[in-house]
Amino acid sequence: MGSGGGGLEAQEDFEPRREARRRLGTAFKWLCFSAVVFGIVALVVLLADVFIDGYRWVDWSFLTSYPSRFPEQAGIRAALLGTLWMMGLVALISFPLGVGAAIYLEEYAPSNWFTRTLQMNISNLAAVPSVVYGILGLAVFVRFMALGQSVLAGALTLSLLILPVTIIAAQEAIRAVPGSLRQASYGIGATKWQTIRHQVLPVALPGILTGTILSLSRAIGETAPVLLVGAVTFIAFDPEGPLDQFTVLPIQIFNWAARPEEQFHAVAAGAILVLLVILLAMNATAIYLRNRYRQEL
Amino acid sequence: MPEEPLVDIQADTADTAPEEAGGASGSPSTSGSPGADTPPVARDLEAALETRTLSVDYDGDTAVSEISLSIPRNRIVAFIGPSGCGKSTFLRCLNRMNDLIPAANVSGEVLFRGKNLYDSDVDPVEVRRRIGMVFQKPNPFPKSIYENVAFGLRVNGYQGDLEERVETSLRAAALWDEVKDRLEDSALGLSGGQQQRLCIARALAVEPEILLMDEPASALDPIATGRIEDLIEDLKQDYTIVIVTHNMQQAARVSDLTAFLYMGELVEFGDTDRLFTNPREQRTEQYITGRFG
Repeated sequence: MGSGGGGLEAQEDFEPRREARRRLGTAFKWLCFSAVVFGIVALVVLLADVFIDGYRWVDWSFLTSYPSRFPEQAGIRAALLGTLWMMGLVALISFPLGVGAAIYLEEYAPSNWFTRTLQMNISNLAAVPSVVYGILGLAVFVRFMALGQSVLAGALTLSLLILPVTIIAAQEAIRAVPGSLRQASYGIGATKWQTIRHQVLPVALPGILTGTILSLSRAIGETAPVLLVGAVTFIAFDPEGPLDQFTVLPIQIFNWAARPEEQFHAVAAGAILVLLVILLAMNATAIYLRNRYRQEL
Repeated sequence: MPEEPLVDIQADTADTAPEEAGGASGSPSTSGSPGADTPPVARDLEAALETRTLSVDYDGDTAVSEISLSIPRNRIVAFIGPSGCGKSTFLRCLNRMNDLIPAANVSGEVLFRGKNLYDSDVDPVEVRRRIGMVFQKPNPFPKSIYENVAFGLRVNGYQGDLEERVETSLRAAALWDEVKDRLEDSALGLSGGQQQRLCIARALAVEPEILLMDEPASALDPIATGRIEDLIEDLKQDYTIVIVTHNMQQAARVSDLTAFLYMGELVEFGDTDRLFTNPREQRTEQYITGRFG
């Protein structure tokens, strides 16, 4: 095939350089592919490394023992319970606040400069570093509200941290409900609240739940703000109420990883595995909910 | 829920209709557009709905300009006109659906049982139950067939037998025989034509007096369209129907009266047969013969 006319009669006004253009396209494809490979490989190596280091430590007694000076006896009981307490409280606090704010912004708020400013600031808050929320939590919840270094103070802080993301996710889910559905509802004499309650929210719920769970899985891995609010690094009792002292898995991991003894690094890897399993379980729930409700529609 | 403000006013519709017909001097808009006189058919009939210098603008852009006309009871009135002529906007004024569009600004009056629907003591929620609406694209709720019809009854606090009322409504919309064995199935599994008839059943369930239809068959195939048109014909016995359509043949087939709108103005309003065979206005003639639009 002649490069000038591509098998056809050559035209003088064009210099097609088809071969070069084609090569450029192929090169770009492989460049993008290598970007994918880089990310995946790095992640797999990281996970494999953690798994190899840590899997021998993960057994029942690891889950049910308190931390110890001896690596063989060390367990994550307090941190695991602390994390579960924390996530439960964060979900209870952030879900109603996030969904409420999203409903207001999408359904009720008038379109004016105040709403737009509010909206813009929510987006900005989502980008604020988590340590800043930690300082805020320390000042407001621990000191001013005198909640002390409690699970509740930590949960409130993390709720604030994920609230912007929860609100935005819920807003997007609500916005995705077709206008024709609202019109149909109004058209037969439903009020605004009846329309929101019976038509908009049921359709938006899977999206709202997915967004909430994904932002919860961000909160579960946060270390800095919880550290600032005063999670303790060594604890040998179960938190039994929202005002108890607590620790969480990332802090326990951080503590062990910072120790000089090699064996504690492996213990840390074991705790990372537990944290990852919880995270994956949460994300799987989110995907399950999304698929299940999508089928019903 | 507030006591229904519309019920008590049995009012003077009987008075207003003849007055309007007798020269139409009370209505300022008619002076400008001679073709918009109340047509002969409407003169002798009780008005179900009447507009007086009804105008709509969207942030200052006029969409509907001073339309005054009377829609007689138990008749089918079609609104035709090219895209963007304001016919859908006009229709949405008749049950205050335009309230939902923040930019829309409505002025003038819509009289229903002698009461202006835009008076401050009128609740738009009640207006929409009494004056139902069917939309261009079938928009059933993503729920069961039964729930689609029952929803309107529930939200409006229907006191009677729910199941019975759902059946009656589905029968009235000529859908019962096709769905009676699968009432609990999702409405989204129905065909387009069935979905649109379900939407009609849903609107009928809450016992409206008037049914507004915004191009109800434009998303349907010819057979489904035919069934909807037959249904509209049947519904005339019990309801007043206002239908907006792009399709002139459809207007000619189903309606008793036709209004031609152009650029937000009412150009001509009259008996359908007369308007299509012997239009008074040149623009009407040009439109129905396909010379523009």
